[in-house]
Parts: sequence; C-alpha cells; structure tokens
Amino acid sequence: MKTTINVNGAARSLDLDPRTTLLDALREHLKLTGSKKGCDHGQCGACTVLVNGVRINSCLSLAVMHDGDAVTTIEGVGTPEHLHPIQTAFLTHDAYQCGYCTPGQICSTIGMLSELAAGTPSQETPPGATPVLSDAEIRERMSGNICRCSAYPQIVAAIKEVAA
Amino acid sequence: MKAFTYERAADAQAAVTSAVSTPGARFIAGGTNLLDLMKLEIETPAHLIDVSRLDLATIEATADGGLRIGAAASNSAVAADPQVRARYPVLSEAIVAGGSPQLRNKASVGGNLLQRTRCAYFYDTTKPCNKRAPGTGCSALAGLNRNAAIFGATDHCIATHTSDMAVALTALGANVETLMPSGQARTLSMLVLHRLPGETPNIETCLEPGELITTVVLPPPPPGGQIYRKVRDRASYAGGLASVAVAGGRVALGMVAHKPWRALALEAALVAGASPAEAIARELDGASPLGRNDFKLPLVARLSVAAITEANGRGA
Repeated sequence: MKTTINVNGAARSLDLDPRTTLLDALREHLKLTGSKKGCDHGQCGACTVLVNGVRINSCLSLAVMHDGDAVTTIEGVGTPEHLHPIQTAFLTHDAYQCGYCTPGQICSTIGMLSELAAGTPSQETPPGATPVLSDAEIRERMSGNICRCSAYPQIVAAIKEVAA
Repeated sequence: MKAFTYERAADAQAAVTSAVSTPGARFIAGGTNLLDLMKLEIETPAHLIDVSRLDLATIEATADGGLRIGAAASNSAVAADPQVRARYPVLSEAIVAGGSPQLRNKASVGGNLLQRTRCAYFYDTTKPCNKRAPGTGCSALAGLNRNAAIFGATDHCIATHTSDMAVALTALGANVETLMPSGQARTLSMLVLHRLPGETPNIETCLEPGELITTVVLPPPPPGGQIYRKVRDRASYAGGLASVAVAGGRVALGMVAHKPWRALALEAALVAGASPAEAIARELDGASPLGRNDFKLPLVARLSVAAITEANGRGA
C-alpha cells in the first residue's frame, strides 16, 4: 500500500504491507535504526517518536495510518556534531548505561516538555493547577519509558537541567 | 499478525456501511489496544476501517451546560481540555491515571470505551477463555484470579473492564452517541453500553455489528465535589486493582466487574443518610469474591470512604 510519510523533514514514499508498524517502517524500510524495538507492545517506550510533534509508541501504530504525517525520530533530533540540548544533558549527567532506551527517552522528553508547556495535566498535577516541573512530575510523565539499567535519577537530573 | 486489508473511511456513514458489509471488519482509531491484541493474534480482523481522521475529535459545550466529546479525540486532549479540567475534574483525573502519556496521546475516546480486558487468560492463547474462544471455558475460575471481578461475574467469565475513563463517565451520567449502518443515530447510557458477562462474555457491549461510537455527551456537572482514586501494584503505568469515581452524589467503581460498576446501593444509602462507610458496606453486600480477590472488599471499602470524603471536601 502506497504511503508517504515526512520523516525528519523529508518526504519518504513507501509501498507497505498494511501490517507494517510505523516502527518497522522506520527501522526496516527506511533504515533509521535509532528508534528501538524493546517490547513491541507499547510497554517500554523504546520506540517513542514524535508524530506531528506529539510523542507516541511507534510500535503500536500502523505506518499506513500516518500518510502525510510528519515524524521525527532520534536521527532528526540532533547529530554527533550538533547535539540537541537534551542529548547534551543526557551525556553530562550520564543518563544511561547501555543506551538502548535512550533514543526513546530523548524523543519522549521533547514531547513531554511540549505537553508541560501546553499545561497538560498528569496524575501528579493538583486539581485545576498549572503543572510545574517537579521531580515527581518528571518521573510520572516519563513513566512510559522504561530503563532496564535504572538510570532514572540521572535522567531526572538531565531533564531538570534542560528545562531550567 | 494475520493479514488484513485497510481502508481510510471518507466519513462516518462510509465507515459503518463498510463495517457491516465487509466480513471480519473492525474500526481502528488509536489502535493502542487493538494492534497489541492483533500482534498476539487474539484479535484477527480481516479488514481495518481507519476512523482516526473522521471529523469526530471536537470538544464543545452544549446548550444545556454539558459537553460533547468527539469519539476520535485523544485521551490526552480530553484530559487537558480546560472545560473538562474545570467542570469535570473526575474525567481528567481518571484519564491521566491510565496508560502512559504516549498511549494517551494516541488512544481515542471511543477506543478507550471498547478496550478489551487484561485478564491473563484472555491474553494466553494456549488456555481456554470464553471471551476469546467462546465455549472453551474460563481458566481464571480456578487460576490466577487475584484481579477478577467481585460484582456480576458468572462461571463463564470473571474478567474485569479495565478502563479508568469509563468509570468517570459512568459516575458523570454520560451518554454515548452512535451511528448505525442504517444511517440512524442513537443514544446509549453508559449504564447500558457495556454488558455483564452472562453466558456470552465475548459480547461486551450492546453495540450492533457495524455501529460506530461518534460522541460522548456529558450532562451538566452534578452539584458537589468530584474525584477519581485508583489503586494499583505500581505507582504509575499499571492496570488498576480497584478504582472509585465520585461525581456529586453518583459513585462508580472500576476494575471490580465486567463493566464500569455504578454503585447504586451505595448512592441510595448516602441519600438515606448513611455514612460513606455504611454506604459502601451496603454495596459490598452484593459482592461475590472468589478467594484470591477477597482483598478487593476491604480495598474498595476504604478507597470509597476516602474518595467520597475527599470529594465532599472539594464540593464544600
């Protein structure tokens, strides 16, 4: 099935079996292997990408449903020469060990900070209040990204530095 | 995943017409539950009808002071909507108690209502399950049933409905508007949308083949405080063991039955002057725990008392 998705600023035309997830389209068809397949069931967050600026689990979405959408993967966030400030903060704070969850953590952080700026509540937000970036808010809002190496304290520190 | 054909519906009528005329057709919007189940081949639709881009994502006030929420609106959009947060806080609180932010960004309102149970045997295709494979039996009856229903279960199925949002909508007295393949629209109360298991736990709602949920309609907020409280095994991103939604004098319980459980005996007792503890005791008179889930009785009792007390404080 013919599908065109704007990936990291470039229109990419694909001919896909409808079963192809957005994650598999990125990794297997476009060879953008930065987005990782952890659980493949929306439980770990390693596949997190931004679709039209909103973070989603790319493993739980069909690529053919994203015709015309703008997708940003970790490859579109920064380059080794020009790191995104969140990538720099993750390096500074050693916010990983094996690094497998890191692309998802960073894409998720970008989406999370946009949600916070828009006033989207979490279960840590008091009723009716505008959310503020406390440690509890960061942990709750990043709870869809699992880190098997448990670098959570460093991830929280990195996000706090970027958001400050 | 089994092979399927895919179409993007041009409008709601085209979607329902295709759904009723194509064997094995299913609607897909967010897909966060359906695709998970398709990967496990628990769901094996032959045809998917994409309704995610239909003009059904609007959230707007109604003339009578209520709110209309399009079925394709994302869970996140509803939770963050200023009108929802200001006037229906129980709904916003319930939504952010479920899933992860990534899932809520993708999951639709209609899909949240129609999500399937998380019973371990429903997910285990090597085991009998009347919901997944009608007539094969219920493995949970003598199995791992710590999170099973305490209200309205039968020997055919003891699974629970796991939506947080649906519990809040039930407490708010919401209605669901649908479009039938005939082109006729109809309105269903949250009280009747979902069914108890009876002898056919595979039939989970009263929706007819091809019928599409288009809108959730909230009446004006009831007088009094609102709150959603949920207990689970982890602090976040885990299915619930039990939950309570309070909206003024209406109370609904979650993860205790095959459907969101409106606590009518509790509500009647409160009206008659009972304390919250006395009122939830009346509701739990009708409970039938199975042993491993006996703990849900004191859990639901304490949770309900705490939620009703806090809601009363908010409403004062």
